[in-house]
Amino acid sequence: MATLWNNYRYLILRRLVQISLLVLYFGANAWGWIILQGNLSSSRIFDFVPMSDPYAALQMLAAGAVLSLDLLLGVAIATVFYLLIGGRAFCSWVCPINMITDAANFLRRKLDIDRVQGIRQPASRNLRYWILALSLVISFVMGVTAFEFVSPISMVHRGIVFGLGFGWAAMLIIFLFDLFVLKNGWCGHVCPLGGFYSLLGKFSLIRVHHQEENCTLCMKCKIVCPEHQVLHMVGKESLSVLSGECTNCARCIEVCDDDALGFSIRKLAQNKKTGE
Amino acid sequence: MSENKHEIKKKKEPLSDRRKFILNMARGVGLATMGGFIWSAYIDEATASSLLLRPPGAIKENDFLKTCIKCGLCVEACPYDTLLLAKPGDNKPLGTPYFIARDMPCYMCPDIPCVPVCPTGALDEASVTTNGVLDIKIADMGVAVIDSNSCIAFWGIQCDACYRACPILGEAITIEYSKNERTGKHAFMKPVIQSDVCTGCGMCERACVTEKASIFVLPREVAQGKAGSHYVKGWDKEDEKRLENATSKTTTTELSKDSAIDSLNDGLEGY
Repeated sequence: MATLWNNYRYLILRRLVQISLLVLYFGANAWGWIILQGNLSSSRIFDFVPMSDPYAALQMLAAGAVLSLDLLLGVAIATVFYLLIGGRAFCSWVCPINMITDAANFLRRKLDIDRVQGIRQPASRNLRYWILALSLVISFVMGVTAFEFVSPISMVHRGIVFGLGFGWAAMLIIFLFDLFVLKNGWCGHVCPLGGFYSLLGKFSLIRVHHQEENCTLCMKCKIVCPEHQVLHMVGKESLSVLSGECTNCARCIEVCDDDALGFSIRKLAQNKKTGE
Repeated sequence: MSENKHEIKKKKEPLSDRRKFILNMARGVGLATMGGFIWSAYIDEATASSLLLRPPGAIKENDFLKTCIKCGLCVEACPYDTLLLAKPGDNKPLGTPYFIARDMPCYMCPDIPCVPVCPTGALDEASVTTNGVLDIKIADMGVAVIDSNSCIAFWGIQCDACYRACPILGEAITIEYSKNERTGKHAFMKPVIQSDVCTGCGMCERACVTEKASIFVLPREVAQGKAGSHYVKGWDKEDEKRLENATSKTTTTELSKDSAIDSLNDGLEGY
């Protein structure tokens, strides 16, 4: 039991956080709870504190909308929050799509689909930054928030809180895409919101730190990591994971049997020296 | 055969860095253009829905689509379950709030709870405020329209369901009396919509007794015509003022130099 907890503690915590958030949002619409109202695009915490999706606000700005004070305040709060806990902590701790893509990834490993498909991935992980840029261009040209009208994240989240409609199809598409087409396809390659939080996460405080002298080169961490390129230092040098693409999901920490990985607060002074 | 292939492969020189760079740039730009057009085309279709009723205080539809963040706070604030968020499959701009008056109209709450909660100003408090106080009566969600062919009051049957249901009783819908020539001894009591008073709440559409509502709410731009600026109400002093700075332009069409007979016979060479 203790090892089970040890090997899955962050995963269990993440699922707990993800599901509780969904329940709180759902309760707000269904039973009038005021703990967490709205949805991931924009929320009110305890009927008072606003919190808004900075990427949605960016698209609104590009589309030519007038940004209200409430919205800017919400964006500022969300930005500061994710600067503290790690930009893509949103992706692994909050976003409901994470449960779908984790399930696809788990099944992919169990079924050994990688071996059928070969290791060569047909798309670059930089695709998300292109899509991010493209979404802003389209928002500007079309005068609407381009990603918000296609985003499966909001579709699914809104669906759970306000009624799903055909939102289940979006879930299925992402599951099948990640399972059969592209490993870590949606979250690791396509999603511009993940791309946005990657850029934000470059500056965030909480980091995974690698202790090289403890590492036995088992590489379990790289197998479970959905963004394995961020663990390039494993077994080579003691370094913090400084890439914004790390989602702080902490799967690497819990699968490591040798205490070579753990959370740490970014040392700002040290980073200045290394130029990061 | 396989040897031949090998030879061909060998002959191909490796791409120069410059060529690689240019080709990769071309791929990037090409893919972005392709994706961009597909995406834009989809967005254009997905946001084209002109028959939607928005919550009170909603700004102009074009601005609404760029300003609404689709958070659903207005939906949660509505005490009557009137407001809905467009789901995939509803064929309406995804995630934006709307209501279907026949199912659940806007009950015109005096405190308008759906408007002040809007974080982005897509629902504009100022547009439903008179002298610093929230005033639902100036909301403009749409305007009711009557199909006089299916409205039974226009047949001569007594029905004032819509008139009685109207929250701005006697102002937004009035009753016009006229003689029923068919029976000779009854009156028509025809409902008439005063479109400048009507807020488009849809209470009348909900109350209408015909199988499919004969009075229904449409967005104002859809339901109303436009006379154009060249019509001036001569009897209206305010409207007359528009003529004060009017300018005129005389255009002359050059007369044809051909004689009228030539013109009439034009194009008859073949006969």
